[in-house]
Amino acid sequence: MKQFFIFVKKEFFHIWRDRRTLLILFGMPIVQVMIFGFALTNEVKNSKIGILDLSKDEATATLSQRISASQYFDLVENLKSSSDIDASFRKGDTKMVIVFPEHFRESLLHSNSVQIQLIADASDPNTATTLINYASAIINDYQDELMGETKLPYTITTQTRMLYNPQQKGAYNFVPGVMAMILMLVCTMMTSIAIVKEKETGTMEVLLVSPLKPIMVILAKAVPYLLLSIINIISILLLSVYVLDVPIAGSLALLMFTSILFIITSLSLGLLISSFTASQQTAMLISLMGLFMPTLLFSGFMFPIENMPLPLQVISNIVPAKWYYYIVKSVMIKGLGIEAIWHEVLILTGMTVFLLTVSIKKYNVRLA
Amino acid sequence: MSSVIVNNIIKTYSAEKKSVVNALNKISFEVDKGELFGVIGPDGAGKTSLFRIMTTLLIADSGTASVEGFDTVKDYKEIRKQIGYMPGKFSLYQDLSVEENLEFFATIFNTSIKENYDLIKDIYGQIEPFKKRRAGKLSGGMKQKLALCCALIHRPTVLFLDEPTTGVDAVSRKEFWEMLKQLKKQGITILVSTPYMDEASLCDRVALLQNGSVLSIDTPEKITKQFAKQLIAVKTENMYELLQSLRECTEVENVYPFGEYHHVVLKSNRTINEVQQYVSAHGFKDAELKPATANIEDCFIELMRNQ
Amino acid sequence: MTDEKVITAKALTKKFGDFIAVSSISFEVSKGEIFGFLGANGAGKTTAMRMLCGLSLPTSGEATVAGFDVYKESEKIKKNIGYMSQKFSLYEDLTVKENMRFYGGIYGLTDKRIKEKSQQVLADLHMEAEQNKLVKSLPLGWKQKLAFSVAIFHEPAIVFLDEPTGGVDPVTRREFWEMIYQAAQNGTTVFVTTHYMDEAEYCNRVSIMVDGRIEALDTPTNLKKQFDAASMDEVFLQLARKAVRQE
Repeated sequence: MKQFFIFVKKEFFHIWRDRRTLLILFGMPIVQVMIFGFALTNEVKNSKIGILDLSKDEATATLSQRISASQYFDLVENLKSSSDIDASFRKGDTKMVIVFPEHFRESLLHSNSVQIQLIADASDPNTATTLINYASAIINDYQDELMGETKLPYTITTQTRMLYNPQQKGAYNFVPGVMAMILMLVCTMMTSIAIVKEKETGTMEVLLVSPLKPIMVILAKAVPYLLLSIINIISILLLSVYVLDVPIAGSLALLMFTSILFIITSLSLGLLISSFTASQQTAMLISLMGLFMPTLLFSGFMFPIENMPLPLQVISNIVPAKWYYYIVKSVMIKGLGIEAIWHEVLILTGMTVFLLTVSIKKYNVRLA
Repeated sequence: MSSVIVNNIIKTYSAEKKSVVNALNKISFEVDKGELFGVIGPDGAGKTSLFRIMTTLLIADSGTASVEGFDTVKDYKEIRKQIGYMPGKFSLYQDLSVEENLEFFATIFNTSIKENYDLIKDIYGQIEPFKKRRAGKLSGGMKQKLALCCALIHRPTVLFLDEPTTGVDAVSRKEFWEMLKQLKKQGITILVSTPYMDEASLCDRVALLQNGSVLSIDTPEKITKQFAKQLIAVKTENMYELLQSLRECTEVENVYPFGEYHHVVLKSNRTINEVQQYVSAHGFKDAELKPATANIEDCFIELMRNQ
Repeated sequence: MTDEKVITAKALTKKFGDFIAVSSISFEVSKGEIFGFLGANGAGKTTAMRMLCGLSLPTSGEATVAGFDVYKESEKIKKNIGYMSQKFSLYEDLTVKENMRFYGGIYGLTDKRIKEKSQQVLADLHMEAEQNKLVKSLPLGWKQKLAFSVAIFHEPAIVFLDEPTGGVDPVTRREFWEMIYQAAQNGTTVFVTTHYMDEAEYCNRVSIMVDGRIEALDTPTNLKKQFDAASMDEVFLQLARKAVRQE
């Protein structure tokens, strides 16, 4: 046991004395949460729009006022004629133009029907769709008010509720994603580098030629990163609850338990990588390209897996982060219990057992 | 009683790995208990491969090796409890202090600095004033001493030192060999490899290794005595022209630069006077000739020629 | 060897802050001489050599290399010297021929000249059959000889060798020294830095640096006489033991 403790102590010295890595280890989660929380967001706010009002009556004034008052839109331009529309888009700032036809109110009252033209810059299709939806919603609201006055016999209205994330905040989506990414990076990359470093400096030779058991070396290497990762999870959770206002809906204990499971999965992966690489650069490259990218692409955090072609959907199943991402979303955001995620937990456990067995088997008691 | 027995070891490598470690071709030798045994050979002779096989880090393609009666393949765990090993690079944790390194290696070998302090006292005493310094900040000579302390801290019965003097300066080299002599007095069997021929004379016995084969195994004195031919040393102003000229001389079997002199190996039954005459006749009037005794390097060259 | 001086140093000094790495060294090296520049690790060898190669400006003192001033004409110096160290010299993943082409190109040799010179080097080293092989597939001894040939490929006035023969077998080592003798014979000055004393025995003259100063400078024979020693190793030990400074 004494051997084990001094080994762990040594690992902490390594981590503690490499200040730059230390900064990255603890700084990265904070920076990532902040970046995703405030800078990178798919919500649309204050988009610049123009309005071409050809009728200038009471109704168009009300609508225009409502649209520009919304936090989504920022009215920057009142266009004079339809020939201005093109020029306005070409300047680049304008994302959408709303065109009210002539005699808007009259047509609405007399023929019960009128058309509003919404022209959006679809070079960014996601933003364009979102803007059209927002604008339609405002227009529909106005229409409902009008209809309230002149009740029609049959009307079907849809009522929408955004479950779990009523304000449709991006944070609900990315906090689980960032957790998966950070844990993958810290555990897998750092452990593989830590072991390969010993191979590079030749100390591994001395460790091999000592009575130390292989399992002891592996565990001692893993323990410090397990602890560091737990600290990282806690800091991400604190940030998300207190800074980003994303509450933990489900059981905190369950969330921590599943996170530790995922940490062990990642650690085993790191061990596996270190067993077949000989230099720190290779270990880092494999960790980054082989794990970080798939985590980003296939966890469902950036791109919905359901929309991917079938082969990619199949591949996504072997990415541990996908299952963890699902678990965190279920527990943290939806507030579900173990009965909803036992299937995913089982898969992760299976992966861990498999990876750990392979990496311990592959851990060479000699030099290759 | 033999401490280390190496019997017909063969080790080959695939082509792409060959540049790092080299093959061994039927190596056999025995090292007695308490002996200071040198494996002498240039880079690429196979020294590191051989040491890795003896320290259970590599498995030979064929042949057997044993340390203190334990087989290097079957009983590797037993051997690992007993030996001390210092690999080619000084394998220390650069970011740990001198003291932390020593404590770490003591603990993983199930012992403590206190328990075996007497064994390393003389060596550790020299670096103890710097015990708070990080190992990475030590000079080459001090790193070498610390690495030796770490390899000794568990009181091994056999000590394997792979090129301990490569890259350290002459003063540290000298001190290092003096330390080995002291350790020998404690009854520890020491195997040391080196590319420097001049270190051969400091060993009890040496194996000369070249291209994965043993050229000769014996005490340094006996190896140099086996040099049967007559050797003379020649020196003059223009050494390059002298060398070219001596190559043409029919009395000479081999001639090569040797420090300030050229060493000339005579054909049998030829005399120094014949060479003297030849040299004078070819315009080297002031050349200095004298009989020379062969050292390990002369022997190595001769053995390589006969291989 | 002639009386023409290709390296002169007068009170050459280099300070890093308060630390005097090289302390007022003075010496001269003749054309075609093999000059040994010895010292323990940390004695200031590398710093001194960097100043002579035009890589580092002296703090004070004077020095000329191949007739050029180390302060003002470092670019000209670089064109007129060759350099070979044990650690770095050739690109392992280029072929023998490609290495020669590359170094010839660096020093601005014409294609025709590179071709002629390559053929000559390959013939001298008996390596015609290996010209298209990757350097990493060659035995160590061959690499070393090739590295030296490449270092003097552009026929520099001076070639600097940094611990050139460490670790090679005794026969190859001799062949290597023979190449050095030949280069010196052809008028190239050879400046060898090393801390292995038996390399020093091959030099015409040897200087020994201790703590930034040149403590001894003479032929190996005279030095051995002066210090009453049997070998250069003993001479060096006597001097280096006095050193205060660690690396």
